[in-house]
Amino acid sequence: MLPYYVSPEQMMQDKAEYARKGIAKGKSIITMEYADGILLVAENPSASLNKISEIYDKIAFAGAGKYGEFENLRKAGIRYADIKGYSYGREDVTAKSLANAYSQTIGNIFSQELKPLEVEILVVQVGDEGDPSELYRISFDGSIGDETGFAAIGGQAEELKVYLRDKYQKDQSFEAALKLSVKALEAAASQKVKPQNLEVAILDRKRSGRKFRRPSASELQGILEEPSEG
Amino acid sequence: MRSLFGDDLRSKLVDSSFFDLLQERRPDLLPRMGLSALEEKKGMEVPRGTTILAFRYQGGVVIAGDRQATEGFQVASRTIEKVYKADEHSAVAIAGVAGPAVELAKLFQTELAHYEKLEGVQLSMEGKANKLAQMVKANLPAAMQGLIVIPIFVGYDLRKDEGKIYKYDLTGGRYEEAEYYATGSGGMHARATMKKLYRAAMDEEEALRVAMEALYDAAEEDLGTAGPDFVRGIFPTVKVVTKEGIRDVEEERVRGIYEAILEKRRRG
Repeated sequence: MLPYYVSPEQMMQDKAEYARKGIAKGKSIITMEYADGILLVAENPSASLNKISEIYDKIAFAGAGKYGEFENLRKAGIRYADIKGYSYGREDVTAKSLANAYSQTIGNIFSQELKPLEVEILVVQVGDEGDPSELYRISFDGSIGDETGFAAIGGQAEELKVYLRDKYQKDQSFEAALKLSVKALEAAASQKVKPQNLEVAILDRKRSGRKFRRPSASELQGILEEPSEG
Repeated sequence: MRSLFGDDLRSKLVDSSFFDLLQERRPDLLPRMGLSALEEKKGMEVPRGTTILAFRYQGGVVIAGDRQATEGFQVASRTIEKVYKADEHSAVAIAGVAGPAVELAKLFQTELAHYEKLEGVQLSMEGKANKLAQMVKANLPAAMQGLIVIPIFVGYDLRKDEGKIYKYDLTGGRYEEAEYYATGSGGMHARATMKKLYRAAMDEEEALRVAMEALYDAAEEDLGTAGPDFVRGIFPTVKVVTKEGIRDVEEERVRGIYEAILEKRRRG
C-alpha cells in the first residue's frame, strides 16, 4: 500500500469521533455519593454481564461502551490491586493510583494503536467516616477527571450531569440517591427503566473489610416502588 | 507495548487464580520462593505454630488454635494468630513454620477474593479446598527442608448445606474429615480428647467445650502448645462457621468455657 499522509490532528479527531460513536451506543452509568457511601447505578438488561464491579476493599469500577474492552480493563484493575495489596498493604491500594494506571493505559492505546478503546470508566473509592470519597472518570483518550458528589459516563453523560446538577443533595440517604439516579436515567432515556434491568452496587463505609455490596432485586424493588415524597 | 498494568491487556492468563497470577508476574512474592534456597542447618530454629483443630457439630464447624509460637525450647510469641477467616463462609488454620504459614493464609484469602471479583461468583467449597491443596503442594520443596506448613480448612458448603472439614498432608494431599481433626505438635493429644468426647448431634456450646478441652489437653501434654493464659488474658482463637457465615467466638465466652473446664478438673 502506498504510504499517505494524515495530519496528527486529523488522526486524533477521527479516533475520538470513532470512540465517541461507539460509547454513545451503550447505556449510561451514574455514580453518586450518599450519607454512608457511594452508589453506582447502571441500566443493564443482562444479569450476568456486569458493568459494575468490585476492585478492592473500598474501590469499585464501572465501565460504559464496549463490554469486551472494559471487561479487560476491569480484570487488569483487579489484578493490579490484588498484587499491590498483597505485596504492600491493603491500605496502600488507592483509587488514585489505579485511576492513573487506567489513564496511562487507555491513553497509550488511544495514541499508539489504530483503533482506540470505545470505553469510558469510573473508578470510585469510599472514604472512611469523615474522609472524603473519590470519584474518577476516565475517557477513551485517557483523560482523567476528578468529580465531586456525582459523576456519569456513557452516551448520555452530559444530559445526566445537567439533570443531576440542581437535584443532587449532599448527605442524602441511600434510598433518595437511588431514586434520584433512576429518575435521571429515565429522564435521559425518556422512558421508564424496569427495576429488573437495573444493575446497582454500593460501597458502604459502614461495612467492615470489603465495602462492596450488590443490593438484592427485592431490596431495590421495595425502595423504588414506595411513593417518593415530592 | 507495556502499560502500567504490565502486559495485562494481552495476558495469557485464562484462569482467575491469584496464585497463578503471582507465578506468572511476581514469583518473588510466593511464599515458597526464597525459602527453597534455605537449607536447614543443624540447630537452626524458626518459630513454629503448634496446635490447631476443627470440630463439626449440628449446623456448623468450630475451628480453633492456640496462640503460641515456639522456637526450639523458647517461646517465640504468645499471641500469634493461626486461625484466619478465608471468606464469608470458610476459615483456614495453619500449623507449622510461622513465616510461610502466615503468608499462606494471606495468599489464600487473596486467592478466594480475587476469584470472586473476577468471576462474579464464589468458588465452590470443593474448589476452595483444591486450591489450598495446590498451594501446599507448591511449598513441598521447602517442606522437604523442614519448613513444613500444614493447614486445616473448614467451611459451610451452601450448596450441600453442611459443614466441612479438610485436612492436608505436606505433599498437598487433601482429605475430608467427617467429624473432627487436629494437627500440629499437640495435634495427637487434641485428637485423643475429641475422639473420647465426640458425639454426632452436638450443639455449638457443646462443640466449643470439647474443642477447648482438646486444646487444654494438648497444652498439658505438648510443650509447644499454650493453654489459656489468665494472667495476660490470652486465649485460643476460636471461629465458628455456619450457614449464616463466619464469626469469631468472643474472648469472654472462651474465658468462661475455660473457667468451667478448670472448675470441673479442680473438683476432680
